[in-house]
Amino acid sequence: MGGPSVRGMTNAVVVEGLVKRFGENTALGGVDLTVSEGTVLGLLGPNGAGKTTVVRILSTLLQPDAGRAEVAGLDVATQADQVRAAIGLTGQYAAVDEYLTGTENLEMVGRLYRLGKKEARSRAGQLLERFDLTGAANRPAKTYSGGMRRRLDIAASLIARPRVLFLDEPTTGLDPRSRLGMWEFIADLVHDGTTILLTTQYLEEADRLADRMVVIDRGQVIARGTADELKAQVGGERLELTVGTVEQLAVVTDALRPLAHGELHADQQTRRLSLPVTGGTDTLAEALRRLSSARADVLDIGLRRPDLDDVFLTLTGRSAEDADPDSAADEPTATVSAGAQS
Amino acid sequence: MSTLAETVSDSVVITRRNLIKVKRVPDLIVFATLSPIMFVVLFRYVFGGAIQGLPPGVSYAEFLLPGIFAQTVVFGSTVTGASIAEDLQKGLIDRFRSLPMSRSAVLIGRTVADLGLNVISIVVMALTGLVVGWRINSSIAEAIGGFLLLLVFAFAISWLMAMVGLLVRTPEVVNNASFIVIFPLTFIADTFVPLETFPTVLRHFAEWNPVSTVVRAARELFGNMPAGLPEPDAWSLQNPVLYTLLWAVAILAVFVPLSVRAYLRTSSR
Ligand SMILES: Nc1ncnc2c1ncn2[C@@H]1O[C@H](COP(=O)(O)OP(=O)(O)OP(=O)(O)O)[C@@H](O)[C@H]1O
Ligand SMILES: [Mg+2]
Repeated sequence: MGGPSVRGMTNAVVVEGLVKRFGENTALGGVDLTVSEGTVLGLLGPNGAGKTTVVRILSTLLQPDAGRAEVAGLDVATQADQVRAAIGLTGQYAAVDEYLTGTENLEMVGRLYRLGKKEARSRAGQLLERFDLTGAANRPAKTYSGGMRRRLDIAASLIARPRVLFLDEPTTGLDPRSRLGMWEFIADLVHDGTTILLTTQYLEEADRLADRMVVIDRGQVIARGTADELKAQVGGERLELTVGTVEQLAVVTDALRPLAHGELHADQQTRRLSLPVTGGTDTLAEALRRLSSARADVLDIGLRRPDLDDVFLTLTGRSAEDADPDSAADEPTATVSAGAQS
Repeated sequence: MSTLAETVSDSVVITRRNLIKVKRVPDLIVFATLSPIMFVVLFRYVFGGAIQGLPPGVSYAEFLLPGIFAQTVVFGSTVTGASIAEDLQKGLIDRFRSLPMSRSAVLIGRTVADLGLNVISIVVMALTGLVVGWRINSSIAEAIGGFLLLLVFAFAISWLMAMVGLLVRTPEVVNNASFIVIFPLTFIADTFVPLETFPTVLRHFAEWNPVSTVVRAARELFGNMPAGLPEPDAWSLQNPVLYTLLWAVAILAVFVPLSVRAYLRTSSR
């Protein structure tokens, strides 16, 4: 399993057989994963899957019951102090001191990472600027909106330029513009050589940011690989088109049958035709040629690649949305589909 | 492990952070100054006439003030527990625990900042006391010793409360719990009335209650002991400074390591 690493050859994170129990509840039932240096691993899973538990163990906040974890070549159990100096952590819920201003928050964290006074100050200034917080830099964080706190929290985890960064649902609660900004920023960090493990419920986000993905559900890895590999598990691309009438549906079905790599699916009700294809846009061009010589009247046509919602549905038999085993009552971030909260 | 210099520098960073909160949240400073003023004035003028058992000629204000000092700083120390619980709830303890900082700095910074608040309280109370008739009748060195003893005792209680905060984890519950414990502790003591007026059982408890001895030690060091009171039978009250210091050292010896251990194992959820 697992494709070749995209850039680095060594692993910045190694997790082997990680088990964590909370009383009767097994949060992690033997998780294995690696993150190659300088790449992004997306850890995906529904509520309660165990994503946060993995992050908390890797950032030395929790001790595993069994298994081993290494970060930046250091054992999280026996070399916790050195691990902390090499990592940055942004937890699932913003951990900023609301009585301190943005600048004070960042300077405090910088000092605790043992940066000099001057360096802490200049890094704080840079990061506030980068995260669009310069205007609010001297206001107590109490007055910040949720998205601003979130950005400040991420800035704090970056103050000492960590080699390995853990981001637990970094864009939950951000508006679409801030989310895009965050994506760009994460891409910049990777470009500068930072290794990132990020958890997300936004499948679009993992698709966009992560070199490789690990999907967990109820503490077990259920799939891993690149986005393309995961999508291949679900099936390849499909050609989908919509026509105006039932007669037309018969016409286009006849015209396109030779292109189908498997079962065609024609739906009389919605007058939609869907067929598995290979060959990408060449096939699309060929389809258009056939449709025009058959004088078919097509309202809408497109190639559709399976998204990770399809992946999840195929792997678990249920969609990511209704997978939450616990009650979502105390979870402020229950929405799952990308872009749902705009 | 962090070096001593690193621990000191991290503790300074955390202390500063805690004091910034005091600056920005006026309630804290109001609580730390107004309630002691209220207590001084209330006891002095409302109960002052009714409280019996003092030999004639002793000013109730002089007898009272060291008791108020002690009660106020002990209550002031309970802030430590609530603040730690708040940091825990807001995820800040997680943030700190993920940083390569000294393991004890968060708790040291907390207890030192709360000590700072207690210093402010004591200054305010002493000034109020002087207005309502309290006087220091001893040497400057003794008086300073009196203030220091009160602060050392309060600092020890802060560490005990840090442990409570880490275990209880909800600021409101910490407040209620400490009220239930601290209130009797400061009242079943010679804080406001001489022990001679207590029923026997309560008196025995009060004699060995360190709040009684810190109050008595302060009275002696400020020169506020009424001359005519009978010599106490209990060793604790005969050697109040020593007995109080023993308690402070014992509390610190137990709760500094316990609290640091609890801090290292705790997490926000
Ligand atoms: N401190 C804890 N005590 C008891 N149970 C816990 C604790 N932390 C996590 N759990 C349980 O472990 C399981 C995994 O939780 P975790 O927080 O890792 O999930 P998650 O994938 O991060 O979910 P979400 O998307 O909701 O954040 C859940 O069933 C949760 O109830
Ligand atoms: Mg989580």
